Amino acid sequence: MSVVTTQTGEPSSSQAVRKIIPMRRTGTWITAIIVLAISAMVIDSLANNPNLNWAVVGQHLTAPLILRGLWTTIWLTVVTIIIGYILGTGLAAMRLSKNVVLNAVSWAYVWLFRSIPLLVLLLFWFNIAAIYPRIEVPFSDQLIWIASLVSGQEIDPKALSAPSQQLITTMMAALFGLIMHEAAYAAEIVRGGILSVHHGQQESATALGLSKFRIFTRIILPQAMRSIIPAAGNSFIGMLKGTSIVSVLAVEDLLYSAQIIYNFNYHVIPLLLVATIWYVILTSVLSIFQYYIERHYARGSRSSESPAGMAIGFVGAQVARVLSRKQ
Amino acid sequence: MSAPSAVVEPLVRVTGVRKSFGSLEVLRGVDLAVAAGEVTCVIGPSGSGKSTLLRCINHLEKIQGGEISVGGQLIGYREKNGNLHEMRDAEVRKQRAEIGMVFQSFNLFPHMSVMENICEAPRSVRGKSKQEAEAQAMVLLKKVGLVEKVNAYPGQLSGGQQQRIAIARALAMEPRLMLFDEPTSALDPELVGEVLDVIEALAASGMTMIVVTHEMGFARRVANKVVFMDQGLVVEEGPPETFFGNPREDRTRAFLRAVL
Repeated sequence: MSVVTTQTGEPSSSQAVRKIIPMRRTGTWITAIIVLAISAMVIDSLANNPNLNWAVVGQHLTAPLILRGLWTTIWLTVVTIIIGYILGTGLAAMRLSKNVVLNAVSWAYVWLFRSIPLLVLLLFWFNIAAIYPRIEVPFSDQLIWIASLVSGQEIDPKALSAPSQQLITTMMAALFGLIMHEAAYAAEIVRGGILSVHHGQQESATALGLSKFRIFTRIILPQAMRSIIPAAGNSFIGMLKGTSIVSVLAVEDLLYSAQIIYNFNYHVIPLLLVATIWYVILTSVLSIFQYYIERHYARGSRSSESPAGMAIGFVGAQVARVLSRKQ
Repeated sequence: MSAPSAVVEPLVRVTGVRKSFGSLEVLRGVDLAVAAGEVTCVIGPSGSGKSTLLRCINHLEKIQGGEISVGGQLIGYREKNGNLHEMRDAEVRKQRAEIGMVFQSFNLFPHMSVMENICEAPRSVRGKSKQEAEAQAMVLLKKVGLVEKVNAYPGQLSGGQQQRIAIARALAMEPRLMLFDEPTSALDPELVGEVLDVIEALAASGMTMIVVTHEMGFARRVANKVVFMDQGLVVEEGPPETFFGNPREDRTRAFLRAVL
């Protein structure tokens, strides 16, 4: 026994160091070459395609009208996301509350506004005047009656109302439609995130005597963020591009601005490319943001970073360095 | 109702407490009295209602019958015209703040550092300043022997360390009563000792504690009173010497034979 263990325990000279020969990955190489060749052909066909007219693209990329449209797209997206997620968080909290009425209302909202296509919803808002011709302050009749009694003068019964068409501009119609749509999706994303937090967290915070609001904002929500952010990132990007639908209401967003120009000069494809380039840039910026927000909420967890995440982090760091050098 | 020996009102008094989940009756009229400064260990088979009893004492669960009082104050209800009125959340919170609880699965807040875990409740519930809360946290960390982990996150700690932090977090509220719900059941065997040592030191300092546990050695060593529960009832209770040395009830004897 002891002889055998000493023989295997020590590296014997008869067992010379053997080289490890990696397996040949012929298949991997062949597939890679084929895919690269196809990619090169596609890129070549686009880059050297006279119909794409890259010169026109370059001319219009920073045209004032395009930049104004770009700005509209950005702020529409930002305002929609912020208000949509605030409403969505409220809806999620309602849905998780023990109050049956709040619960049902939240469920009904999500059910309804996830069922209506965004385009249809926008068209409803655009035609709001056909549903509610005038918009008035609540109890305006009574208020006016009291005011006329107090002042002793006849008051115009329409003083506290205005025609919908005047009050709700197309921009507001677009914004309302987008927000209502986004809130319904945000509610489900936030609710899913909250449900992903272990029940013991709520329990131990309750046992410590923390208030319900404090437990929600300090304990549950920050942990829910870890599963909210990836889904929300998706919906942010979806909304960014979803804003292009408002072009049907003649809101001058990025796409509509491009359309205005190509209706004038007939360079349809190059101007669609201009819009596309900006959408790609905006989406990339959002992705970088998402990476940093995810990293922020991953505090305390030991999950390793994905290569894609590291690449985004690297790109983000380079961009930040270039920007700081410029200043 | 008062026990003949108890001259002083016990800190915790549980009388005829009933609790059901749906049709399942988990507590079927439990009586228990814990004097201030006393350590009570509750043992019994799983499903006997031990944990539920603890959770009723700080009103994490609502009871359906009987009464629980801590420090002479009814928990979760106010007596008015002979009726029991359910308390508002804010009032229950005040009562809970006086009762520390340590869970089987630690339940530290994973997104907060050890310091933030300990300071959260003293700051938001007691309104302590950051400096005050942090100074107190350092004292407690010294007590549980984890001063060097002050900036660590729970995920970077062993189970035993997490449970010691959870004890420090509960103590930061300066409770009059500590409830331990199987504090070592989720731990690797070699980590049980360090947690029990902390609890034992706490007992020696005069803290009133109710400990639900499967650690019979600990119960024998530390408890002033051992309570055996089975099927939602207290079957037998007594000082550890007589409880372990000469149990009265058959069910107690059968249980002790199985676990010892």
